[in-house]
Amino acid sequence: MANQQEKPPIYGVMAEFLNPQELYDAVKAAKSEGYDKLDAFMPYPVEEISHEVVNHEHSVVSKIVFAGGLTGAAFGFLFQSWAMGYFEPLQNLTNTLFGYHGYGFNIGGRPYFSWPAFIPVTFELTVLFGAFSAVIGMFVVNGLPQPYHPVFNVDSFDRAADDRFFMVIESADPKFDQEGTRTFLEGLSPQEVTDVDW
Amino acid sequence: MSTPETRSAAAADPILVPPGDKEILSPGHDAASVTKRIAMIPEGRTPIWMFGVFAVSFSLVGLLLTAITYLVFKGTGIWGLNIPVAWGFAIINLVWWIGIGHAGTLISAILLLLNQDWRNSINRFAEAMTLFAVACAVMFPLLHTGRPWVAAYWLLPYPNTMMLWPNFRSPLMWDVFAISTYGTVSLLFWYVGLVPDLGTMRNRAKKLWLKRLYGVLCMGWRGSARHWHHYEMAYLLLAGLSTPLVLSVHSIISFDFSVSQLPGWHTTIFPPYFVAGAVFAGFAMVMLVAIPVRKLYGLEDMLTSRHLQNMAKVTLVTGLIVCYGYLCEFIYAYYSGNPYERFVVGENRPFGPYNWAWLSLVFCNFLAIQPLWFKKVRQSVVALWIISFIISIGMWLERFVIVVMSLHRDFLPSSWDRYAGTFWDWALYLGTIGFFFSLMFLFIRFVPMIPMSEIKILLPEAKVKGGSHH
Repeated sequence: MANQQEKPPIYGVMAEFLNPQELYDAVKAAKSEGYDKLDAFMPYPVEEISHEVVNHEHSVVSKIVFAGGLTGAAFGFLFQSWAMGYFEPLQNLTNTLFGYHGYGFNIGGRPYFSWPAFIPVTFELTVLFGAFSAVIGMFVVNGLPQPYHPVFNVDSFDRAADDRFFMVIESADPKFDQEGTRTFLEGLSPQEVTDVDW
Repeated sequence: MSTPETRSAAAADPILVPPGDKEILSPGHDAASVTKRIAMIPEGRTPIWMFGVFAVSFSLVGLLLTAITYLVFKGTGIWGLNIPVAWGFAIINLVWWIGIGHAGTLISAILLLLNQDWRNSINRFAEAMTLFAVACAVMFPLLHTGRPWVAAYWLLPYPNTMMLWPNFRSPLMWDVFAISTYGTVSLLFWYVGLVPDLGTMRNRAKKLWLKRLYGVLCMGWRGSARHWHHYEMAYLLLAGLSTPLVLSVHSIISFDFSVSQLPGWHTTIFPPYFVAGAVFAGFAMVMLVAIPVRKLYGLEDMLTSRHLQNMAKVTLVTGLIVCYGYLCEFIYAYYSGNPYERFVVGENRPFGPYNWAWLSLVFCNFLAIQPLWFKKVRQSVVALWIISFIISIGMWLERFVIVVMSLHRDFLPSSWDRYAGTFWDWALYLGTIGFFFSLMFLFIRFVPMIPMSEIKILLPEAKVKGGSHH
């Protein structure tokens, strides 16, 4: 990697809190202190805290889902139009390009391109593609799956999925200074302050 | 260990304060007690009563496998199908099962969008029911093809040397897409909801292999605020996508009937009436399973009377919509002036050879739900369970009335015939019920059936003061 300067000795400093209110106040305090590379950990979503941590940025997942849904709709409709619609120039084109063409079913003399009948499948594919992009998009944006993370080195962190609330200020933060940050966190009256090893 | 010990563990819990009539969570709970309460079930040992459940349901799975084997060996001739009734039990059961699944998506998606926080306790349970009901449902059309191993060849669009595609104008093709999308999206929704809880289970696991298994399943979830931020958006959008999806699925199933020209099928009321019927049947099934499970595991502090009362209200409303649909069918038949339509709906249903089915249907889906108007009935678990049971039968009869009674007497009296399910029809049907309950109780046994992270949102401590909303 290009970034081969000396790695900070620890990942960051972690403080443990009893409830969302304490964590929220701590995150606000850290932000106003100028720390930005910080993260909060909680057993259930508290919107106010997440918004504070991400600086009130809108989640990109919604855009991914919109794109995914649109792709599904376009694919569904165009595919059916090609396979069933039997537009001759298009058939000839795909035949020349891929050696493949659609198939026109004559059903009671109805038009080949009977597009209203294509809507149910188009709709289902919109939802299907949208749902997959929501799930895959969410995991990718979050960098999951990630089997190892330094925060798991803290013993009490097991309770982050149970009943406790944590804040980590990362050593990558320009304002980070192991002693100073520790003192700052201790000033927020947490249950415990721990160094997070790599 | 088993029942006495699990129960006594719950009884010894000092925080266990009985919830009031309006509460959706016992006021004694905090985050730690919620985790403990729910995680205790998959972490504990199998209670004795569950072996009894499995004895029955696994036997029925054995029956299912036998019925499928014999079907594959002999063909669909072992069923009671004939011409004109070429859609017998297979389609009745398909529609019945898919309908049962609909409550899960309604609870998890629509009630989320409507901000109904009582859904948080029952959504995982109901969604699991959706998945297993869909699994039972898809068996029927596949087996109805007679050769399920080549069903993909008929149903799915794939590039083939004949350059043929399935007919996308056919409601049966729409069904393939609707049901497969529904099953897939329900699974995704269910899994995403499960991820934080799998993280909790990982942190609690004592054995290394179990820790690793949960760790893999939860994708290394660590509850970071950044993750929750995107997670919440993804979850909300999944709910937004599932809402029209669930309405579309039963609408499309109803197109199988209403797009055709057959008297009794060819009406525009079908899509909304099918969707309401699906939710109606689904809520009945949620209550049918939830009431005993809640009792056996002593979960009255999380599945409170309020939940059952709300579900009873939804059941009553959707049931009345269904009855309105029955009424509409009569009016449509009369107003159409079409003699075939008038005969099938107005004469053959109430007075024909299968009028017992129609009359029982009116009893089950109309008369039996009327007690739900009374609060005393909605508060009584026994009454609710009995009514749910009757509704489940009623909704099966409804599909029998629709499928069989329109087909067996169509336009030409010379082609009229009677229809009855054979032993193998019933074996397959009962077999899927066993399959459903096997999966349901395996789920209850091994997966946290109440979403811990979502229950904790209901705690008073979860409210933060000073948040700037925008």
